[in-house]
Amino acid sequence: MQLDDIISAVKSAHDSRTPLRIRGAGSKDFYGGLLAGEVLDVSGHRGIVAYEPTELYITAKCGTPLDEIEAALAENGQMLAFEPPLFGGATVGGCVAAGLSGPRRQQAGAVRDFVLGVKLVDGTGQMLNFGGQVMKNVAGYDVSRLIAGSLGTLGVIAEVTLKVLPRPVAETTLVFDCDATEAIRRLNEWGGQPLPVSASFWHDGQLWLRLSGARAAVEAATAKLGGNPTVNPEKHWISIREQTHSAFAASPLWRLAVPSTAPGLDLDGLRAIEWGGALRWYAGAVDGDHAAVRAAATRLGGHAVLYRAPESLRCLEGAFTPLPPALLALHRRLKKAFDPAGILNPGRLYAEF
Amino acid sequence: MANMAQNDNNDICIDLATLERRLRLFLPPHCLLLGEEDLRPYECDGLTAYREMPLAVCLPETEAQVIDILRTCHSLGVPVVARGAGTGLSGGAMPHAQGVVLSLARFNKILRVDRDARLAVVQPGVRNLAVSEAAAPFGLYYAPDPSSQIACTLGGNVAENSGGVHCLKYGLTVHNVLRIRVVSIEGEVFEIGSEAPDAAGYDLLALLIGSEGMLGVVTEVTVKLVPKPELAQVVMASFGDVAKAGEAVAAIIAAGIIPAGLEMMDKAATAAVEPFVKAGYDMNAEAILLCESDGTPEEVAEEIARVTEVLNAAGASDIRVSQSEAERLRFWAGRKAAFPAVGRITPDYYCMDGTIPRKRLAEMLSAIAAMESKYGLRCANVFHAGDGNLHPLIMYDASQPGNWERAEAFGAEILELSVALGGSITGEHGVGIEKINQMCVQYATPEIEAFHRVKAAFDETGLLNPGKAVPSLHRCAEYGRMHVHHGDVKFPELERF
Repeated sequence: MQLDDIISAVKSAHDSRTPLRIRGAGSKDFYGGLLAGEVLDVSGHRGIVAYEPTELYITAKCGTPLDEIEAALAENGQMLAFEPPLFGGATVGGCVAAGLSGPRRQQAGAVRDFVLGVKLVDGTGQMLNFGGQVMKNVAGYDVSRLIAGSLGTLGVIAEVTLKVLPRPVAETTLVFDCDATEAIRRLNEWGGQPLPVSASFWHDGQLWLRLSGARAAVEAATAKLGGNPTVNPEKHWISIREQTHSAFAASPLWRLAVPSTAPGLDLDGLRAIEWGGALRWYAGAVDGDHAAVRAAATRLGGHAVLYRAPESLRCLEGAFTPLPPALLALHRRLKKAFDPAGILNPGRLYAEF
Repeated sequence: MANMAQNDNNDICIDLATLERRLRLFLPPHCLLLGEEDLRPYECDGLTAYREMPLAVCLPETEAQVIDILRTCHSLGVPVVARGAGTGLSGGAMPHAQGVVLSLARFNKILRVDRDARLAVVQPGVRNLAVSEAAAPFGLYYAPDPSSQIACTLGGNVAENSGGVHCLKYGLTVHNVLRIRVVSIEGEVFEIGSEAPDAAGYDLLALLIGSEGMLGVVTEVTVKLVPKPELAQVVMASFGDVAKAGEAVAAIIAAGIIPAGLEMMDKAATAAVEPFVKAGYDMNAEAILLCESDGTPEEVAEEIARVTEVLNAAGASDIRVSQSEAERLRFWAGRKAAFPAVGRITPDYYCMDGTIPRKRLAEMLSAIAAMESKYGLRCANVFHAGDGNLHPLIMYDASQPGNWERAEAFGAEILELSVALGGSITGEHGVGIEKINQMCVQYATPEIEAFHRVKAAFDETGLLNPGKAVPSLHRCAEYGRMHVHHGDVKFPELERF
């Protein structure tokens, strides 16, 4: 499906009030609310439109597979610094729509931090062009970043421009034996120092720490931190980015975002800690106390996502932490501003819109 | 459709006596300014060419008072213009003739600095630099550093999505704010974002940051603090040719280096600065580049060596590396004092803020040189070269009839060329009232309409900072007609995108 087809499909869905389910590679069909509506397959609208290494941006059509983008960037020693999961074929449109970042997020920033511009087909089938290809642009509201993580509910991302960064010259991974409490303590202590930490992962009594940057900086940090160096750590970090590591093998699997310094939560089933302590993964039980998981995260100033779960449970519980009434009302008004008929991915983010 | 929000709102008339009576119900006398003498200091912000007297200035001390002010104005249909330190350069805080200025100056407390979590919770009237000063004992600082950082406030930084000289590596305000507390025009309080990453729902934080006081009034800001690098050093390189300096910038990036700062000044700028600051700039150079490296001593040494190599290969005629912290600060002092230095050699200057793709720099600078003769005004150029953000300083004399009008037209032409070159009319100063017409050049009708719908989702009555940031379609139609009337479409030789 090419852009003109996408536009006319959205227009006719708008006129006939037909819900559409936007789909790139479908690699994140498990994520968010239940899928509803006629499939709008945008994977055919693909290809890199522009890539200028010295301007630090890449522009690609929504259906472009991330691995194609990563390959083009790698040829010039660059990368998507937010390290998104590829999940076997993920597209750049889906990557931005879902807003999921990988291991480097705590150091480099999230998907939204790298979005420079989007071309969007809104819920009436109108093409809108926000942001651009320059690093700094404060003209108009920052709709491009708003789109990141909106799960297709505000428009069909037709094209996106992302900021890219050079790959670090040197990288090394250290492993420490410690429990979760100690891991959280150390990660926050290191976070307050000028160390080139680019990823962290705790699971089952082992804390993995990735250092990236100038060779001298990585060597100095390695000498300072101790720990055990590892061989071939790349595979390990890929298994975390792709969530193929055994730590993620649970259903339901909860993803809790909390302040990095938050103490251990009063919950069973801690599987992994990432992002310097700010991301905690828990295995739940299908008949467990789901409200208690949400409450535990909220108490600490965070939120809980029912990340992977049987459909029946996601249907019952919703994937994301419910919004307070005033914020929910604001979300509904924004949804209406971009998709007045409510046809785009209804219920994918929240059941209410 | 949000007709009210689109209205430029100059046709309303407010009963001042009623407004005063209602405000006095909850505002103590020292929190309300009325009368010309007290209001005069608020008639403009850092863009002094645009002035307007407000009906009243409110200086609330509590969030409850902010809520009451907004509720009162909402019920009476009175426009509200929020204001921090008033250092903005786009007239974003210029008052509305029938409105109230809501000054957050008394919200000046740092509520919490959390060393372990590396964040600070501050009120919006806290000065940018004060945050870094409060964090310094913990070896931390707040990264965005606009050149007005000794005076500008965090609330204003949030409203404008302020940048600074280190944003290529450390990001803009939007990359460094974790959470804000916002009061809507209806007096409703929202918590947006959190200390935990990636808050649930839409990324409203991204939408609100840089929204120029159009969507809500910020009453609290949580910012990220980052560890202070052990060492920073700066390389200063001279170039005999501006285009070569531009190519050197691209070469640094192509070498895989993201410097902590990468700035350029042209000859007119260094000539203005050097007698004033005595930074030791090469007065024979057509352009100088300042490239900062920070990190561990080992890291800095490695990067400086690579930068020096790249600059030499790019044809630098002279290269100096700061050998002490004092020397580093001296190299920077000239760049940071560029605006006041230019202010010393001309009665008035007008600072522009376009961004362009870095590779179009030489083209832009030669176009500006041509505009200098066209408008009969001089222009000095300072440039956040790393992120393509150009600050041409157009020199004029407001006391000479027609001089300001020429400066304004000169500026408009630079902004419109920025868009034509694939950039933006504003990188960090905001649209405000200043660039409202150029918004019609950067965006087409569907996007402008979408912006109005976003505005209406937050502020249906259009009372928050009316007439700023997003033009009415009527205004764009008028501006378009004016341009056609005056002659050909600009830059016909350029591709439009």
